[in-house]
Amino acid sequence: MIDVFLSALANILTLQHMGYMMIGVMVGLMIGVFPGLGGIAGLSLMIPFLYGMDTTMALAMLIGLVAVIPTSDTFASVLMGIPGSSASQATVLDGFPMAKRGEAARALSAAFFASLVGGLIGAVVLTGFVLVARPVILAFSSAELFMLSVFGLSMVGVLAGKSLVKGVAACALGLIIGSIGGAPATGEFRMVFGIDYLYDGIPLIIIGLGLFAVPEIVDLLRRDRSISEHTTLGAGWFEGIRDVVRNWWLTLRCSGIGALIGAIPGLGGTVVDWIAYGHAVQSVKKDPQFGKGDVRGVIAPESANNAKEGGGLLPTLLFGIPGGGAMAVFLGGMVLLGIQPGPSMVGSNLDLTYTIVWSLALANVLGAGLCILLAIPISKLTLIPFKLLAPFMIAVICFAAFQATRTLDDLIVLLATGVLGVYMRRFGWPRPALLIGFVLATQAETYLYQAVQFYGWEFLTRTGVMIIMGITAGSIWLGLRARVSEATPAEILAVEARDAGTGPAANIRARAPQIIFALVALGFFAIGIHDALQQSFLGQVFPLIMACAGAGFTALVLVFLVLGKPNHAVSSDTEHEAQSEGIPLRSTFGALLWIALLVALTALAGFVVALVAFFIAFLRLRAQASWLMTAILTAGCTGFVLTLASALNMRFPGGLLQDLYRLPWPFS
Amino acid sequence: MTVKSLTRRGALGLFAAASATLTLGAPAQAQVDFSGRTIEWIIPFGTGGGSDTWARFNAPFLSRHLPGNPTVVVVNEPGGGSTRGTNLFAQRARPDGLTILGTSGSTQFPYLLGDPRVRYEYQDWSVVMVGPTGGVAYVSPSTGVNSIEDVANLQGQRLVYASQGATSLDLVPMLAFKLLGFDVNYVFGFGGRGDGRLAFERGEVNIDYQTSSAFINNVTPLVEEGKAVPLMSWGVLDADGTPQRDPTFPDLPILEEVYEMVHGEAPSGPMYDAYKAFNTAGFAAQKMVVLPAGASEELVETYRQAWRDVFNDPEYLETFEAALGSYEQVTDAAADALFQAGTTIDPEVRAMVVDMLATEYNVRLGE
Repeated sequence: MIDVFLSALANILTLQHMGYMMIGVMVGLMIGVFPGLGGIAGLSLMIPFLYGMDTTMALAMLIGLVAVIPTSDTFASVLMGIPGSSASQATVLDGFPMAKRGEAARALSAAFFASLVGGLIGAVVLTGFVLVARPVILAFSSAELFMLSVFGLSMVGVLAGKSLVKGVAACALGLIIGSIGGAPATGEFRMVFGIDYLYDGIPLIIIGLGLFAVPEIVDLLRRDRSISEHTTLGAGWFEGIRDVVRNWWLTLRCSGIGALIGAIPGLGGTVVDWIAYGHAVQSVKKDPQFGKGDVRGVIAPESANNAKEGGGLLPTLLFGIPGGGAMAVFLGGMVLLGIQPGPSMVGSNLDLTYTIVWSLALANVLGAGLCILLAIPISKLTLIPFKLLAPFMIAVICFAAFQATRTLDDLIVLLATGVLGVYMRRFGWPRPALLIGFVLATQAETYLYQAVQFYGWEFLTRTGVMIIMGITAGSIWLGLRARVSEATPAEILAVEARDAGTGPAANIRARAPQIIFALVALGFFAIGIHDALQQSFLGQVFPLIMACAGAGFTALVLVFLVLGKPNHAVSSDTEHEAQSEGIPLRSTFGALLWIALLVALTALAGFVVALVAFFIAFLRLRAQASWLMTAILTAGCTGFVLTLASALNMRFPGGLLQDLYRLPWPFS
Repeated sequence: MTVKSLTRRGALGLFAAASATLTLGAPAQAQVDFSGRTIEWIIPFGTGGGSDTWARFNAPFLSRHLPGNPTVVVVNEPGGGSTRGTNLFAQRARPDGLTILGTSGSTQFPYLLGDPRVRYEYQDWSVVMVGPTGGVAYVSPSTGVNSIEDVANLQGQRLVYASQGATSLDLVPMLAFKLLGFDVNYVFGFGGRGDGRLAFERGEVNIDYQTSSAFINNVTPLVEEGKAVPLMSWGVLDADGTPQRDPTFPDLPILEEVYEMVHGEAPSGPMYDAYKAFNTAGFAAQKMVVLPAGASEELVETYRQAWRDVFNDPEYLETFEAALGSYEQVTDAAADALFQAGTTIDPEVRAMVVDMLATEYNVRLGE
C-alpha cells in the first residue's frame, strides 16, 4: 500500500500532471467565485478536454476543479453576503459582518487558510480510511441517517438567536417549504397547487439567495453606503492566518466533522457547514461574538466544507454513490474516462485512488494559496459606494438563481423568498433555522419512513441510533447553554420601552407589523395542514405533524407579542433599533422594487435586454451616475455575463418577447 | 465475470441485417451541411447522471461524423422527472436538425402512463438512434435461495425491495415480481439504484436489481463472496420482438423462463403485456435520440448516416464498452422497431397499470 501511495505521488509530481491540475484549479477558482456556479458548470467546461487524455491526468484535472470550489465560493459569502454555494451558507453569518467592519481581508484569509487545513485533513482521512471504510459506511442505515437528520435539526437550538420559540417556528416553516413536491414514501405531490415548478420542490440555492442575499442587498440599499463601514481595510491577511493558528483545535475538530459527515452517503454536504458552525457556537467559551463578525464563525464552516470533499470521495469511489452535486459530476467524469467505481478502487485500481488523494491535497494547497493572494485586491470591493455595486449584485443573484432550473419561475420564487427573508430579518425570525429545516425536511421524512419500514419502531434501540441520540442530547444541552442569553443586551432593552408593554392594546399597536408577520406565518401553516389532510396517510403524516407544531409555536409567538412585557425576547423589530440609532433609512419597498424591476423586465424581454435596461435605469435614476459611467458599467456587466454564458453554453430565461419572436443568441 | 466481453451483437445482428436491406435504397449522400453550426442536444436530466454521461460520451463522435462537423453541445434541462426538458423540446425545437433530444426510460414511462405533466408525443418524432441496456435481479442467500433452481423458496416469503418510486424504472421489477407471485414490500424514497444496493449490502432488503454495468462492477464481487444470488436478467428482444436471454448474461434465465418454472406455463395476459411494454421502454429501448416533429426524410437520413459512421469509428469501438457497458447502440430499422415497441401501449393495459398503481401504491396520475 505504501509503495502504491508513494508511486502515485511521484506520478502526480511530474510537470504535465501539475499542469493539468493547475488548469482544473484555475477553472474551479473562476467558476467558484460566481455564486450559483459550481462543479456542474465547471465540468461542462472540462468535458471537451477529457477525451483522449491520460486517465491519471484527467483525474488530477477533475479533482483540481472539485477541490477548490468550496474555497473560492467564499469570496461572495464574505464580501457580499451572497452564499457562494450551499457549502458556504453558514460562512455568511460571521464573514459578512466582518466585511462590514472593514475586516474583509482578515475574514477571507482566515477562511482560505481554514479551507487549506480542512482540505488536507480530508485527504488524510481519505488515505487511510479508504481501505477500511466499506463496513463503516454500511453501518449507517436509514435509522442512523434519520437520527443524524435529527442531530442536524437540533442545531436550531444554537442558531435560534434571541428567541427559541421563534427558532422552532422558523424551522417548522423550513420543514414545510422543504416538503413541497413529491412525497418520498408515496410520490404524491404536496402543496404544488398545479404549478409545474413546485413539483420538484423549491431549489436550495433559491432559498439560500432569497433568505440571505436579498435582505442584505435591501438593507445596504436603504443605508446607501459602502459595504465596509470603514474607509480603510484594517487588519490584513496575516491576521487571518494567525486566527486559524490560534484556533487550531477548533479547525481540526471542524475538519473532522466535515470529513465524517461528507463520508456518510445520504446526508449530503449541504448541512456540513451548519453543523460545524453550530459546533463552534456550542464549544467556544472565550468571548463569543457569533453573528456579529466572530472569525471563529468563518473558520468552522470553511474548514468543514473543504474536508467534506475528501470524505465525500469515499462513498463515490467505493460504492459509486455520490455524496453531493460536485461528487455526482466527478462520478460522471470518471465514467467518461472508463473508470467504474466499486470495490476495485481499493484493489486493482488503488493507484488511481491514491492519485486522487494526492491531487486533492495539492489542489487544496494551490487553490488556497491563490485565493489568499487575491484576498487583498478583491476585498477593496467593499469600499465601493453600494449604489454602484448594487446593480451588479442584483444581476449576480438573479443570474445565480436561474442556474437552478433556467426558467423565469426561479426569479419569481427568488423574489418571493427574498421578501420572506427581508421580514424574517426585520422581525428577528432566525433565517438559519428555516434553512436547516428546509435542507433536512426530505432527509428526515425519507429516513424515518424507511427506518420504520425496515426495522419497525425498534430502530430506536439500535446501537448506532442510541449513540447519535446521546450526541444529540448533549448538543441540545450545550446549545441551550451557549445560546445568546435572552437577558443580556442592554441596548435592546432601551429600544422598546417607551411604546410597548403597557397592556395588550398598547402591545398590538406597538408591535402591529410583527403581529401581522406572525399571522401570515400562521396562515401558511394552516395551508400546510389543509393540504396535508388531502393526502394519504404516509404522504400526510410528516407535514401534518410539522405544520401543527409550527402553528403551535407561531401561536405562542403571537401570545407573547400581545401579552409580553416590554422587550420580551420574542419581540424584535430592527426598525425600532434603527430609529433609536438615528440612522436615516430609505424605504424597504424601494429596494425590493428595484429587484422586482429586473424580474419584470426579464418576463417581458428576456434576461439580456432586461439587464441592459435595468442597469441604465438604476445607475441613472437611483445612483445618479453620469452617462459615461453608466455606459461603462452597463457594458462591463453585460459583456461579462455574455462571455460567461457563451463559454458555458448557457441559455437565458426568455420573456414575452421571446414567446412572440424568434431571436438570435443571446436574445433567444 | 467471463461473459463481460460478450455483447448484444447476436440478438441485434438480425436487426442490423434487416436494416441493411432497407437502407441500400436510401440516397447515398444527403445534402445537409452543418458547417460552422452548433447543435444542441437536449438532455432532460441533470449533469453527471446516466443520460448525461451517455450523451457526453456520444456527442464528440456525432460531431465528427455529421456533415460539416458542427459543434455538438449537451444542454441539460432537468426537472419534473425529465418531463420539463422534453416538453420544452416538443414545444420549441424547430425541424432544422440543430436541436435534438436524448430521452431515457424515465421519459418514456410517464408518457406511457399518461402523466398529466406530459405534453409531448413520441409518434411526432423521428428516431435516429437507440441505446439499449439490461438489468439483473438478484436475491440474498438469506432467503434460502442459492441458485435459480430454488426459486420456489421465495413463494410465501416476505421480500423487501428498495424502490425509487412506483412510476420509475423500478416499475419493471415490480411487474416481474407480481407475475412470479412474489410477496414484496416496496420501501420507497431511494435516490438511485446505488442506494438500493447499499440497503441490500446492509441486509435491509433481500431482493434487488441493478443495470448490467453496475451489476458487473458492484454485485459480481458479492456473488463471489456468496452474499448475493443472481435470479434472472430482463433479457433482450430479437428481430421478431421475442424475448431472448441477454448475451451479456447467457447463463441467467429471463423472466419468461422463470415464470414457466414457477407456474408451469408460458406467461400471457394483460399483466405480462404490461411487463413487456415497460421492460422494452425501460431497458431494450432505454436511450433514444430523436429529431423534432416535421424533420425531413433527408435530415433523418443525414443523422442515421452519422450514427452508422459513429458505430464504425475505431475510437468509438475501442471506448464505448468501458463508458456505456456492453450493449450496442443501433440506428435504422433496428432503432425503429425498438422505438415502436418502447413507445406504444395497449390502452387497456395502461388502464390496468394505472389502476394498480392507484389502488396498491396510492399513485394518482390523473391529478
